[in-house]
Amino acid sequence: MGKKQAGTGPLSRRPDNSAFKQQRLPAWSPSLTPQTVLPTFYILSLVCLLLGIWLLITVEYTYELKVDYTDAGTCEQCFNLRKHAIDSSTPCKCTVSFHVPKTFPRVSFQHDVVRLSARCLPQGDVFFYYGLRNFHQNLRRYMDSRDDAQMVGRKNNLKAPSSYCAPFDYDANGKPIAPCGAVANSMFNDSLTVMYNPTDGSKIQVPLYRKGIAWYTDKNVKFRNPPTNNTFSLQQAFEGTTRPLYWQRPVYELDDTDSNNNGFINDDLIVWMREAAFPNFKKLYGVLNRAQGPFTEGLPAGNYTLSINYNFPVEPFRGRKELVISMVTWFGGQNYFLPIAYLVTSGLILVTAVVLTTVFVKVGKKGKNMEE
Amino acid sequence: FFVFFTEEERRVRANDREYNEKFQYASNCIMTSKYNIITFLPVNLFEQFQEVANTYFLFLLILQLIPQISSLSWFTTIVPLVLVLSITAVKDATDDYFRHKSDNQVNNRQSQVLIGGILQKEKWMNVRVGDIIKLENNQFVAADLLLLSSSEPHSLCYIETAELDGETNMKVRQSLSVTSELGDPNNLAQFDGEVVCEPPNNKLDRFCGTLYWKDCKYPLSNQNMLLRGCVLRNTESCYGLVIFAGPDTKLMQNSGRTKFKRTSIDRLMNTLVLWIFGFLVCMGVILAIGNAVWEKEVGALFQSFLPWDPPVDNFLFSAFLSFWSYVIILNTVVPISLYVSVEVIRLGHSYFINWDRRMFCSRSNTAAEARTTTLNEELGQVEYIFSDKTGTLTQNIMTFNKCSINGRAYGEVMDILGAQQKRVQPLDFTAWNPLADRDFCFYDQSLLEAVMVGEPAVHEFLRVLSLCHTVMSEEKREGVLVYKAQSPDEGALVTAARNFGFVFRSRTPGTVTTHELGKAVTYTLLAILDFNNIRKRMSVIVRNPEGRIRLYCKGADTVLFERLHSCNHELMNITSDHLNEYAGDGLRTLALAYRDLSEEQWEAWAERFRGADKATDCRDDRLAAVYEEIEQDMMLLGATAVEDKLQDGVPETIAILSLANIKIWVLTGDKQETAVNIGYSCKMLTDDMTEIFIVNGHTVQSVREELRKSRERMLESARTRDGGKEAPPSSLLESISGEFALIISGHSLAHALEADMEREFLETACACRAVICCRVTPLQKALVVELVKRHKKAVTLAIGDGANDVSMIKTAHIGVGISGQEGIQAVLASDYSFSQFRFLQRLLLVHGRWSYLRMCRFLCYFFYKNFAFTMVHFWFGFFCGFSAQTVYDQYFITLYNIVYTSLPVLAMGIFDQDVPEQRSLEYPKLYEPGQLNLLFNKREFFICIAQGIYTSVVLFFIPYGVLSHATQSNGVPLADYQTFAVTTATALVIVVSVQIALDTGYWTAINHFFIWGSLGTYFTILFAMHSSILFNIFPKQFHFLGSAHNTLGQPVVWLTIALATVISIAPVLAFRFLKLDLKPQLSDTVRNTQLVLQKKRKPGGRVGRGSRRSGYAFAHQEGFGELITSGKNMRLSSMALATFASRHSSSWIDTLRRKKHANSTGAQNTPPTGEDSAASSQTPPLSTSSSAAGKAGQACNEPVLTHSPDDIALSVIRCPEREVGECSTGTVQVNIHLKTSSSTNCILWG
Repeated sequence: MGKKQAGTGPLSRRPDNSAFKQQRLPAWSPSLTPQTVLPTFYILSLVCLLLGIWLLITVEYTYELKVDYTDAGTCEQCFNLRKHAIDSSTPCKCTVSFHVPKTFPRVSFQHDVVRLSARCLPQGDVFFYYGLRNFHQNLRRYMDSRDDAQMVGRKNNLKAPSSYCAPFDYDANGKPIAPCGAVANSMFNDSLTVMYNPTDGSKIQVPLYRKGIAWYTDKNVKFRNPPTNNTFSLQQAFEGTTRPLYWQRPVYELDDTDSNNNGFINDDLIVWMREAAFPNFKKLYGVLNRAQGPFTEGLPAGNYTLSINYNFPVEPFRGRKELVISMVTWFGGQNYFLPIAYLVTSGLILVTAVVLTTVFVKVGKKGKNMEE
Repeated sequence: FFVFFTEEERRVRANDREYNEKFQYASNCIMTSKYNIITFLPVNLFEQFQEVANTYFLFLLILQLIPQISSLSWFTTIVPLVLVLSITAVKDATDDYFRHKSDNQVNNRQSQVLIGGILQKEKWMNVRVGDIIKLENNQFVAADLLLLSSSEPHSLCYIETAELDGETNMKVRQSLSVTSELGDPNNLAQFDGEVVCEPPNNKLDRFCGTLYWKDCKYPLSNQNMLLRGCVLRNTESCYGLVIFAGPDTKLMQNSGRTKFKRTSIDRLMNTLVLWIFGFLVCMGVILAIGNAVWEKEVGALFQSFLPWDPPVDNFLFSAFLSFWSYVIILNTVVPISLYVSVEVIRLGHSYFINWDRRMFCSRSNTAAEARTTTLNEELGQVEYIFSDKTGTLTQNIMTFNKCSINGRAYGEVMDILGAQQKRVQPLDFTAWNPLADRDFCFYDQSLLEAVMVGEPAVHEFLRVLSLCHTVMSEEKREGVLVYKAQSPDEGALVTAARNFGFVFRSRTPGTVTTHELGKAVTYTLLAILDFNNIRKRMSVIVRNPEGRIRLYCKGADTVLFERLHSCNHELMNITSDHLNEYAGDGLRTLALAYRDLSEEQWEAWAERFRGADKATDCRDDRLAAVYEEIEQDMMLLGATAVEDKLQDGVPETIAILSLANIKIWVLTGDKQETAVNIGYSCKMLTDDMTEIFIVNGHTVQSVREELRKSRERMLESARTRDGGKEAPPSSLLESISGEFALIISGHSLAHALEADMEREFLETACACRAVICCRVTPLQKALVVELVKRHKKAVTLAIGDGANDVSMIKTAHIGVGISGQEGIQAVLASDYSFSQFRFLQRLLLVHGRWSYLRMCRFLCYFFYKNFAFTMVHFWFGFFCGFSAQTVYDQYFITLYNIVYTSLPVLAMGIFDQDVPEQRSLEYPKLYEPGQLNLLFNKREFFICIAQGIYTSVVLFFIPYGVLSHATQSNGVPLADYQTFAVTTATALVIVVSVQIALDTGYWTAINHFFIWGSLGTYFTILFAMHSSILFNIFPKQFHFLGSAHNTLGQPVVWLTIALATVISIAPVLAFRFLKLDLKPQLSDTVRNTQLVLQKKRKPGGRVGRGSRRSGYAFAHQEGFGELITSGKNMRLSSMALATFASRHSSSWIDTLRRKKHANSTGAQNTPPTGEDSAASSQTPPLSTSSSAAGKAGQACNEPVLTHSPDDIALSVIRCPEREVGECSTGTVQVNIHLKTSSSTNCILWG
């Protein structure tokens, strides 16, 4: 330490007189004084209060409706059927009726905000989600059990899934599975159709956009199909791989209606592959198409029927399935937690501020010290 | 008694390597280094893995390599671990390299070894036991040697032992007379004596052995030994037989083991790491139980979606694996970066010490140096300082400062701080006095004028100074006088007289020649009434050329004033006032007096004296009585004041340090009187102290008794002060607030340090405000430090400058070496070095205090931030089936401690200041939190942990509450894992940044840069990691693609982060404010009180009246008078020498007698008058010291031994003029040693 310069002269080893070396850097030394702390608390309390009120008002504008169809309505038999893995290939359809008490309106005063922040979203701001309860997408080994390199369409990885996918990497015959892994394997595969039953007795299918429901980056960067061209179809691209164990269809035939929505870039797959952080979650299923009929202004109040192609078994893990219909504001869907949390915080801070002020005025020693 | 090693006795035969090799004695090669190239890696790694933390991380690393367990990538641990290990290894290697270098340098020194009758150059390391080596002047002694012969008369040989025991006096060694005849190499080559002696030990002051040669045996003692580390002085050359070599030498045996020093914070940290490890295990167990339950209840049912890993067949095994997985995840509560950061901070603090201009000494051009970089914060916790005296507190320079002559005070003290602006030019003596010493400084013109005017009292005063002493002079060239004084005090006085025109020029056994105001005057020296500790005075009786007989006396004023003529009453009062004034200034004082004697009085007294001198029984007492008779009715002349120059600022420093509640113990090899005097002059001892206890016993019982008595006295005084209240029990001795001091001498200390008494000693000593241990050996110094260290659980600091302080420096928690002096051994062994004692206050109160504060704040924050970071995983465990899923991206986990949060806390740990440096010196009380360990202890640790856990709760549950239901404004749910991870991580980074902003008390530009920079870096790296570029290259590794963009674009996320921040920080703010409001610390008050009107406390303050201390008593040894009158110290003619050296006498008196005769015939250079020569031959000058007195005096020096009067060697050391500091008196030293060799009781017969 302390290298000595081989200088000459009596002061050759004198350390430099720089502010840094002499620890005299100009500095700001803030300290907690009543003049700064107490107003801070009051202001914080006020800010939280205002934010809380604003958020509460916003949230009041949003509605959410949940329809649990696990074993409701005619779904009970399907529910029982899906208990056993043997019957997994047997199709089962059922319906559940529900009532929408209030119209899901377009939130017009925030229309611009919605449009601005929803670049890839077709018109319409009523969202349909499927919800799962007690389904653990957040288990460590489950989350790891996927191969992002495969899903980005890399040729090498397509046929050689990562070992993390085990035991869903190769099927019994040693064929690579595409997409591999537990996540893809357990993809939610109920199909939901909502019918509007106006009072006149007719049945109108609620039109849904089933595309554009995933993150832009997921759809366009993270998930890519293996390269294809006019002569080389998607099916050929997936040649040599097999579908995941629990799937009824191979990955290149996920969407009958839109051939561009097949393979790894299928919106439903992408949505599913974005693993939920908590065991109770909802994932976007579709967005109301408000192009026509009674749906231009949103989802009208009235009776509805939900018909389900009941495939996804939840009984084994004691889960529940539900349909969630919601609308959003700039702030997102209905979420009372944040405004209430803000209001509570505001209150607590106010109480603290009052206590601090009392202490400062009544018993505080600082005042006296300052006078000395 | 001896501690016997495996070697029970040592047999060495001179010039017989073959014989000596049988015993496999250590060679003279020393090795202080720890590694060599081959052993470095394994040994160093082994040492490093002895650290709990390193082993722990290695263990984690192994765990992470097991795929079933690995919940984190291996690189999160291995990168920091390798980094830490290599940094430490490089540091160790560098240190060891320098040790190798210094070993090599020492081992390769050249020495001349007699091999086969020829002197050959040989490296030190090749010197063997049994070799005969030749030493030349100013050479270091290569090994412990038995002196065989030397070039000087009587085979004397002078050595300086400063490196060994710190005493700067020269010592004399003498060879056995039988070997001293072996002058030339040819004879020595034939020498085949065999030495049988004690095994290697660390006792510097004793040696027992026997030389067998030619069928005779000769006892050997320490007097015949030259020890390694000494320097040969004033001796052309000498020959010695190697007895102990290399590691067996007393120097090496005394150097003690190099211990790796740890700070108390280090130890606390290690304990805490263990606790945290326990905590980790608890968390792991809880989560593993959770996992077992979950796998049994839920996981088993979930198996169709996620089957168990192949080796797992039941939930219990899964739980077992989950336990280890969680151990890995949660390990970040003690990140390895903790250790790196601590080292970095300490390094920074060390640099600040090195860079401090206020610890730079321009005189010696040395800056302070932190030689160890790992102890800085301990500097802020010191409770005990153990200080050496000579060279540390004092400069070992005496200056004649003031005097009072005939009631008039002369002399003006220079301001010791040099702060006095109007500095008077020192008087120029050379103009009128060609013999003046140029280095002598005196500022008062009036004294010179008084001399010129010819005031008789002044003349007489100076005459006393020039006559009444035992200084020897040497005139190398005409007019260039070199004085050799036994004590620096005396040298200073004689030099003063010399400059004022009373030049002492030369002496013979019977005469003293002076040069009084340009006129040569020769006095006949009739008698020297020598000094001893009881008499505390010395007189000479001289006959001046006119034939008048006069007794000149100088001595301690208390003693002298009793013996004055009654007519001196008025003068005595005035002088007494002056003396008090001098004593108050910490000067050593002496009173001077004379008495005229008539021829009859002299004759009568001389008769009585001869009778007493010849007496065989009670000679001492009778001599003392005779002296007493003549030293009566003296006329007071005045008093002198000599300053034992303290180092600059010593009293102020000591005062400030004691205000800071630091206890200072002085451990010195010096005499008790000197030590006490220094204690007074540096204000450790003051006259307002309640009592000063002196423990001086020679037996266990007496020491115990003395200690007990002093404790009783303390209790008593406490009782009287408390108004007769119940006396506190002895265990509460420390609570007694009285001002006591304890002075204990080395031989008492030896008893006090024994196992059954050490507690008693410590209790007594610690109740005293000041403790002075005198006449202590280097090892005792270490033992005292060790004792306090062991029993008081307090941080100790040892400061010293000499090799004798090395063991103490190594033993204490912190060792400080005073650099810029001669020896560098102390500096080499020290942890910090600087050149002035006064820098200690800055080192402790400024640097130490800041280091401690910074380290504590750093640690608090560090543990906080890591608990906040890690415990989120724990809460998440309850939602993810206890599957050891991390909350954050693994890159975030890797970078969190290294990048995102490291620099702001480092900046705080390096730059933070709570109060400006001036304030720490103005309010020494600010030092107290460190001593009481208030800023970081187990309690504080738990508070940090609790705060961290609270933050982690907030950081997990607020995002959980919000995000589990939230959607983006485009309807896409926000409840996906990646969004949650990014939100929590961002909230965490922001919360800990706000917290560090709150903790930082001193915002320099660097702090700003680091805090804002860290936030910026976080976002930059976040977006980079989540960019499509990285994903396209490594899709598996960077699968968080787009998360940052998608998440941080949502207002709800920001609202969540803001809420989490407010909830995390507000309570902290509130608690801090309350603490500040209700229980403000001194530092807070100082910080907040801008207008401190409190005037700067004057440390110590001058004590109005001081108890007088006679400087004469301090540095003097008796027996010198006899030496002078015997003439042995005079350069003998070669003839006399020849007759002398051939004989070996068992009776020292006979020796002296013979010498006297030889001298009186041989010394013809000063032609005496017939009467004079007759007087000197018929009535030889009276030698005044007696063997019994010598025994009493010596007993203090060598307590263990009983002395035989046989081998008293008397000698004078010639000493070259030393280089002395600016403006010193050019002290000339003559050291005379009267050493009693003590051999009779420990000779190994056979």
